[in-house]
Amino acid sequence: MTEQKDRELYRWLRLIREFEGRISALDKQGKLMGGVYSGKGQEAVTVGFCHDLRLDDWIFPLHRDLGAFLVKGADPKRLMAQIFGKRDGFAKGKDSYLHGGDLANGIFGATSCLGATLPVAAGMAYKFKIRKEDRVAIAFFGEGASSRGDVHEAMNFAGVHRLPVVFVCENNFYAYSTPNELQFGADNVADRAVGYGFKGEVVNGNDLHAVMKTAGKAIDRARRGDGPTLVECKTYRYHGHSEHDRADYRSEEEVITWESRDPIFLWEIYLEKRKYDIAAIRKGTGEEVTRIVEEAVAFAEAGASPEGPEAMEDLYAMPIDTEAR
Amino acid sequence: MLVTYIEAIRQAMDEELARDGNVLLMGEDVGVLGGAFKASAGLQEKHGADRVIDMPISESLIVGAGVGLAVQGMRPVLEMQFIDFIACGFDQIVNTAATLRYRHGGQTACPIVVRGPSGGGVHGGLYHSQNPEAWFCHVPGLKVVAPATAYDAKGLLKSAIRDDDPVIYFEHKFLYRRIKEEIPAEEFLVPIGKAALRKEGRDLTVVTYGAPVHAVMKAARDMAAEVDIEVIDLRTLLPIDWATVKGSARKTGKVLIVHEARLSGGIGGEVAARIAQDCFEELDGPVMRLAARDVHTPFAPAMEDYVLPNQEKVTEAIRKLAAY
Ligand SMILES: Cc1ncc(C[n+]2csc(CCOP(=O)(O)OP(=O)(O)O)c2C)c(N)n1
Repeated sequence: MTEQKDRELYRWLRLIREFEGRISALDKQGKLMGGVYSGKGQEAVTVGFCHDLRLDDWIFPLHRDLGAFLVKGADPKRLMAQIFGKRDGFAKGKDSYLHGGDLANGIFGATSCLGATLPVAAGMAYKFKIRKEDRVAIAFFGEGASSRGDVHEAMNFAGVHRLPVVFVCENNFYAYSTPNELQFGADNVADRAVGYGFKGEVVNGNDLHAVMKTAGKAIDRARRGDGPTLVECKTYRYHGHSEHDRADYRSEEEVITWESRDPIFLWEIYLEKRKYDIAAIRKGTGEEVTRIVEEAVAFAEAGASPEGPEAMEDLYAMPIDTEAR
Repeated sequence: MLVTYIEAIRQAMDEELARDGNVLLMGEDVGVLGGAFKASAGLQEKHGADRVIDMPISESLIVGAGVGLAVQGMRPVLEMQFIDFIACGFDQIVNTAATLRYRHGGQTACPIVVRGPSGGGVHGGLYHSQNPEAWFCHVPGLKVVAPATAYDAKGLLKSAIRDDDPVIYFEHKFLYRRIKEEIPAEEFLVPIGKAALRKEGRDLTVVTYGAPVHAVMKAARDMAAEVDIEVIDLRTLLPIDWATVKGSARKTGKVLIVHEARLSGGIGGEVAARIAQDCFEELDGPVMRLAARDVHTPFAPAMEDYVLPNQEKVTEAIRKLAAY
């Protein structure tokens, strides 16, 4: 990889961390409503899968994948406004977080029902296939969500038709408080791929090199028309399930172990090994991402909140006449 | 003893787990965590991990497995982490559980309870604010309850657990810690199928249930000088206590129905139609309804407030009907 790309990847890792860190801080200050689901610790999965996508590829993020919005091209300002429930957000205040996608950038907004985006991703990939477009759909889901029928049903269909979709399981070892051993009986979620007739791979989700390599192969395979891949990224979330969760179902030791495998830290070590001027990169990147995030916060805070009657907008393509409106 | 609504729910499960070895609690994170809202805090420690069971994330599994256990004589209480996700278990509820007894010609009972936090008013957005009770009131074979007080929350849950039919139990998350109530220390049950007369009145009846009960009661007190309001809390939505509802309609001649779920297709339509048909001659005005607007429950406060019923809208609706 070129120095420029190495630095660019670093910038994305840092931007996501800063963006989410700021959201956690805003939440602590009581400036946000609703739940906040930090993906801190999982940035390498996001960057690894989204960085080399094309604008006309699609991603289907899970509830911790705000960073994926950024890498795929969403405007940080609008994304922050979305979190504040402001009019400038993608959902225009009707919902928060990733429930309003940014369709112009190929980012599908999820419902809260875990795993429900996977069938949608499969459907989209079916269109790419029958229209002979070399585009791909990337569907992210947690190991917890992998227990849902929707997840299985989507993979089954994708296997039948060899669809250009990549299923990315972000296995962070806990679904809320539920550990993997109470979630599934197999060693790996990726082991299930054989039952769907396509390839499953397990990768260290904190190692950006490893993720990029596996993501690259899976995306190429999909683009070439060679069908889906199920990639399981073993990673860890540092925060609780939401900011209100103290996460005392995990041991301190475990958290510390994973912190020593921090994806940004690992990437910095790599940059150092390449003999780049890491001090300068760290400083320059830090200043840049702080500026972007602060501009986004300022934009979101200054933005208008929707007023009551706006609740009735966007329900139908053509407004219908119901008296309860 | 003085308890919150959610503590009343916890007590009901604790007491029933202790009383009957066949009672189980199953759901996502109900064990070590004690549930997302702490409704089951401490219960796994007390009753064991094979009776308070952390389940994989699959609502359809949770309900379906519950039915399997029920056929074997167990009495599972099945928690939906948020009631919105009951949609993911919908098939198992309406096609497996609700039909079980009927299609087996009465050979088996289906004593399951499906419970979870419903309702809005907390800026939860589209997927953490729903009031889906009407979906289930259309399904024969189910019973549907929606307590508004800590006393009813406890008494109805205990009755639901002992009931031989599938009961869908809608608890309102807005009430969890906002209401506190003195309840008896000794055991009590609240029967399924009986409405509560919350306040007697002569001029006008308000039929309601769930969180709006509190807004309606406040309105009834605030407006006492203006209009004498009778308040009926349905508590059970399937089957509805028609005797109480119609008795009150005949007495006051004016009925307003208030619920938080949206208007079209809501329970209020059914109540209004029955009253209009059966009490027509005794009515002094049209049966009226106040409910959420016909739209999803949005996130931003001004929009959520615009969509859901509130104190102001209750007062306005009462005035309008009283003036008839
Ligand atoms: C169908 C459904 N059931 C329950 C929930 C509540 N819930 C939200 S996140 C979560 C845990 C998700 O775990 P996982 O899929 O592993 O993702 P993670 O949060 O660990 O990133 C649960 C149970 C939900 N959103 N959807």
